[in-house]
Amino acid sequence: MYALTAVTLLMVMSLALTRAFMGPTLYDRILAVNNFGTKTVLLLAIIDFMAGRPDFLDIAIVYALINFISIIGVLRFFEYAGNSAAGEEN
Amino acid sequence: MELALDILSWFCLVMGSFFCLTGGVGLLRFPDFFTRIHSASLTDTLGASLILIGLVLQAGWGIVSAKLVLILIFSLLAGTTASHAMAKAALKSGLEPHKNDKKEESSGGPASKPSLT
Amino acid sequence: MTAIAVLRMRDLFAVVMLSGIYSLLSASLFLDLDAVDVAFTEAAVGAGISTLLMLASLKLVGRFENKSRYRPGLALGIVLVTGALLVYGTLDMPHFGLAEAPVHLHVAPRYINDSMAEIGVPNIVTSILASYRGYDTLGETLVIFTAGIGVMSLLLVSRQTKEEYYKKVPADMQQQIILRVVVKILLPLILLFALYVQFHGDYGPGGGFQAGVIFAAGIILYTMLFGLGNSQRLFKRRTMELLTATGVLIYAGVGVACMFMGGNFLDYSVLRHDPVHGQHLGILLVELGVGITVAAVMIVIFFKFTWRTVKHRYK
Repeated sequence: MYALTAVTLLMVMSLALTRAFMGPTLYDRILAVNNFGTKTVLLLAIIDFMAGRPDFLDIAIVYALINFISIIGVLRFFEYAGNSAAGEEN
Repeated sequence: MELALDILSWFCLVMGSFFCLTGGVGLLRFPDFFTRIHSASLTDTLGASLILIGLVLQAGWGIVSAKLVLILIFSLLAGTTASHAMAKAALKSGLEPHKNDKKEESSGGPASKPSLT
Repeated sequence: MTAIAVLRMRDLFAVVMLSGIYSLLSASLFLDLDAVDVAFTEAAVGAGISTLLMLASLKLVGRFENKSRYRPGLALGIVLVTGALLVYGTLDMPHFGLAEAPVHLHVAPRYINDSMAEIGVPNIVTSILASYRGYDTLGETLVIFTAGIGVMSLLLVSRQTKEEYYKKVPADMQQQIILRVVVKILLPLILLFALYVQFHGDYGPGGGFQAGVIFAAGIILYTMLFGLGNSQRLFKRRTMELLTATGVLIYAGVGVACMFMGGNFLDYSVLRHDPVHGQHLGILLVELGVGITVAAVMIVIFFKFTWRTVKHRYK
């Protein structure tokens, strides 16, 4: 049961990574990284249940927090400093 | 009672992972950034809620369920706000939504001229 | 592979993102090795605070790396030779995880067997970090403090810049109403969670370092959305700079207090009537000191970087 969910989450994470590499604009990549982070939180919760240790949930909360704060930070960075760089891609 | 809880949590987990999967496929196949935000964040929120509710049903009463509910509430709040912030930032820097006309100057994808308002 | 990509890319923003992913991958590696505390700290510091601080400095430095002006042949040669010598030095060590290595025969069993009896704290990592190897942790805290002092002395901010800034608050921050409301709701929860991690470090993963980083991340979030002016009204510059020193003072002060009570430096058993209670009190105070210093230093560094950016933009 948990294994099935974990495998599905891993597949979704690889799809998000593909979009992060492929995405033509910068905002596609930010969206893909945000999605990746949310799936990581879910994967951590599932792994915690699979291993039977309730300690990992703290790490899941911290990572959800870090994901959110990093995305907001990246968006503020581009709002202030990179208005001309937003349309570029490498 | 145990069996009912097990079946219910199985159902929630499977549905949750199905929604997450469709969200991921949508992320790859939709034509434009704004449509991709729709698929990624809507299905992401629903899938995450279902998966976490399934886990809560497995865990029973206790501190583990309380922490899972905390992750759920935070994920709901933060996920939606982050996608709103992304859409707003993209709009402000000039990204145009995908128009289905046959004109040649409309395009999805890269911004033409960013506008600083 | 991410490390090689970090080396080769010119676009510094992508480098920052890749470093975040690299930290996340090493955090999962630590989880796989069953080291939960280390994974916690690596995720919080590497993927969170480092990315934010490097983004703050990127605003100052510019997004793309300049072409290097010299050929790094000699430097590369020296690095390779030193690396080869180090690897040669480790060939003598016992294999990774070998059961007869001295660390598994003497050091680890002693900590694992005696920790509960001598210190009485369920989380062995905390007991090793704060009590058995407390002196090393004092050194780590001093390193963080020194980094903070370094940034404080290198990036001086004049009073004139601040007065000019206070007059012209950026107007577009008023537009972010949804984000501001949500962050106002979330911020007390984040700070409360930081306190929870701080004091729960005895029983689960956590402790001073992680708690300080989470606290600082919450304050950085607030600053990003509400502006430096509001943030500085809450966390005045003088107070933050004093707090960086206060944490180290608490830590070393506990050590000296132990000496006054008749034990060695940082020997917590003499703090109370009962050695186990003395250890508990000592660990509590010491982790508090670490948490205060880490939080204050991260906040001070972020404020200094952002003031520099403001100075460039509003001149």
